[in-house]
Amino acid sequence: MSGAHVSEFPVRSASVVLPQTNIDTDQIIPARFLSTTERKGLGRYAFNDWRWREDGSAHPDFVFNQAHNAGRSVLLAGRNFGCGSSREHAPWALRDLGLRVVVSSEIADIFRGNALKNGLLPVVLPEHVVRDLMTRPDDVLTVDIISRELRTPDGSVHAFALDAFARTCLLEGVDEMGFLLARRADIRNYEDTHHAR
Amino acid sequence: MTASTPRTLFDKLWDAHIVTPETEAAPAVLYIDLHLIHEVTSPQAFTELRARGLRPHRPERTKATMDHSTPTLPRDAQGNPRYASDAARAQVEMLAANCAEFGIELFDMDSDERGIVHVVAPEQGFTLPGMTIVCGDSHTSTHGAFGALAFGIGTSEVGNVLATQCLLQRRPRTMSITIDGALAPGVGAKDVILHAIGVIGVNGGTGHVIEYRGSTIEAMDMEQRMTLCNMSIEAGARAGMVAPDDTTFDWIARTPRGPKGAEFDAALARWRQLRSDEGAHFDAEIRINAADIRPTLTWGTHPGTAIGVDVPVPVATDAAEQKGQDYMRVVAGQALAGMPVDVVFVGSCTNGRLRDMREVAEVLRGQRIAAGVRMLVVPGSEIVKRQAEAEGIDRIVRDAGAEWREPGCSMCIAMNGDLVAPGQLAVSTSNRNFEGRQGPGARTLLASPATAAWAAVRGVVADPRERFADRREVA
Repeated sequence: MSGAHVSEFPVRSASVVLPQTNIDTDQIIPARFLSTTERKGLGRYAFNDWRWREDGSAHPDFVFNQAHNAGRSVLLAGRNFGCGSSREHAPWALRDLGLRVVVSSEIADIFRGNALKNGLLPVVLPEHVVRDLMTRPDDVLTVDIISRELRTPDGSVHAFALDAFARTCLLEGVDEMGFLLARRADIRNYEDTHHAR
Repeated sequence: MTASTPRTLFDKLWDAHIVTPETEAAPAVLYIDLHLIHEVTSPQAFTELRARGLRPHRPERTKATMDHSTPTLPRDAQGNPRYASDAARAQVEMLAANCAEFGIELFDMDSDERGIVHVVAPEQGFTLPGMTIVCGDSHTSTHGAFGALAFGIGTSEVGNVLATQCLLQRRPRTMSITIDGALAPGVGAKDVILHAIGVIGVNGGTGHVIEYRGSTIEAMDMEQRMTLCNMSIEAGARAGMVAPDDTTFDWIARTPRGPKGAEFDAALARWRQLRSDEGAHFDAEIRINAADIRPTLTWGTHPGTAIGVDVPVPVATDAAEQKGQDYMRVVAGQALAGMPVDVVFVGSCTNGRLRDMREVAEVLRGQRIAAGVRMLVVPGSEIVKRQAEAEGIDRIVRDAGAEWREPGCSMCIAMNGDLVAPGQLAVSTSNRNFEGRQGPGARTLLASPATAAWAAVRGVVADPRERFADRREVA
């Protein structure tokens, strides 16, 4: 996995807008698509019930079906994006759909953690900033994880918080399992102290 | 932190599980005492383990059950489970193969103790006070009812725990929700947690671990506390917990796999220390008066849209709420009471335990469910099912015209073929009313077992206090 994410930042892209608040993981990928034992190929189920009719045809009004949004990798979403379940299928599906960044005024805890582990950057900005960005979806935004800034074409700069460890993982392709495996001596030491009764 | 600094229950649990402390550069390495897995969120984690040539670090600390994709219909004539799809069958079989390959104890389809992961672990005595407990399932917060730090994780983290028995975590903030007073007759733990989520909001707990405290909580039995903690995630909280007390210890003493004898006595001395110290600091403090809590349901498409059964649906405050009302076909100003019901579901990790089955039986005894209503009662585990059957609850359910099913998650997540049809209105004891959660186009009202059962009898949403109105006067 080393280096897998390096080329993806900074992201430069116009946005897809889903202003609705509380978009939950059942909207991001409905539970009936969780019977898979793979992590690939879930993009076609992303926002499935908003995106496709029962007969499989596309809802023409849904943003991810609109031609001008094709190839965009930034999602601007209403407050509390990703609430609900712990399914990592949600960021898997969004990545597979082509997204690299989700911007919202609040992002649910488990989704945020899962997203970071899959190279999908959660960016939390103040509500008024997100609402303003939503009015100009065609602006090409620059999302830079080194400076931890989202920049707009008119020169506005919005700083966002990004955990130092998460940033290192995104930049250098460090994976958590590898990091933990390197601490096995500490883990054994903990077990020896706490479990020897 | 000095020894004299008052600590919360969460602080004590957190501090006791730090392998290496967090720094600016890296999160804490947190030791996990108990890891629970099921068929849906574990396959890709085992694949990762295999790809790296790893074995589980402490396989005895992981316990597996199958629940999400499993059928609740009786087996076919050949004795085979009737899976909803080949994919569901393959997922269940893959869990069995993974557990066999990696030496993990599994409650499989032939086990007479299988069930929903958050029902089985407390029932067996795997869930104990003072533990850190994780599972690839957001309702892992359930186990906090025992004074454990228990939270849901993604599949990558399932892999991390298998490989190292640890997670990388930043310390969350703390919130206390103090509830005092007696609950009115007909009002239960489900009403309490729906009310609390209504108070703090569907995102009110984000970034926090909640401790539920106060006389209302202390008076609850373990099953009620599990219902309460289960839905902490529906307010966005990382976890919910209740300090363990004699109610907790009595439960554990009766479990088949909990500590026994001298081991139990030694544990008891430690467990009694597990409470927030006087004057401990919480980052947020909420107070709720138990007398304000009515039988509560949801009107919208997230669990924060909770109101009393006799309270009018509020005016939508934003486009998403309006969309939710349109989806649910409710309008501001109407009461939920009186809405015609198509389906009633009793079960899930929220309300699939013996107490819930008893509550339903009490409402259904001597009654018939209304014509046109389909009602499923799904015990949370084989043990719950047997206990309920020993009490004749299955008979009461069937005599009322409802279906008594095999254990599993069933219609809560609708992965196993148990579905609410498009447009149908379901009163459900589960935990999520998201659009399509119980099937595409399904409309879900979350409610307590008593409210759900009474809705089935009446054929419309109704106040369960009607059922026992005479009894209330006696009391």
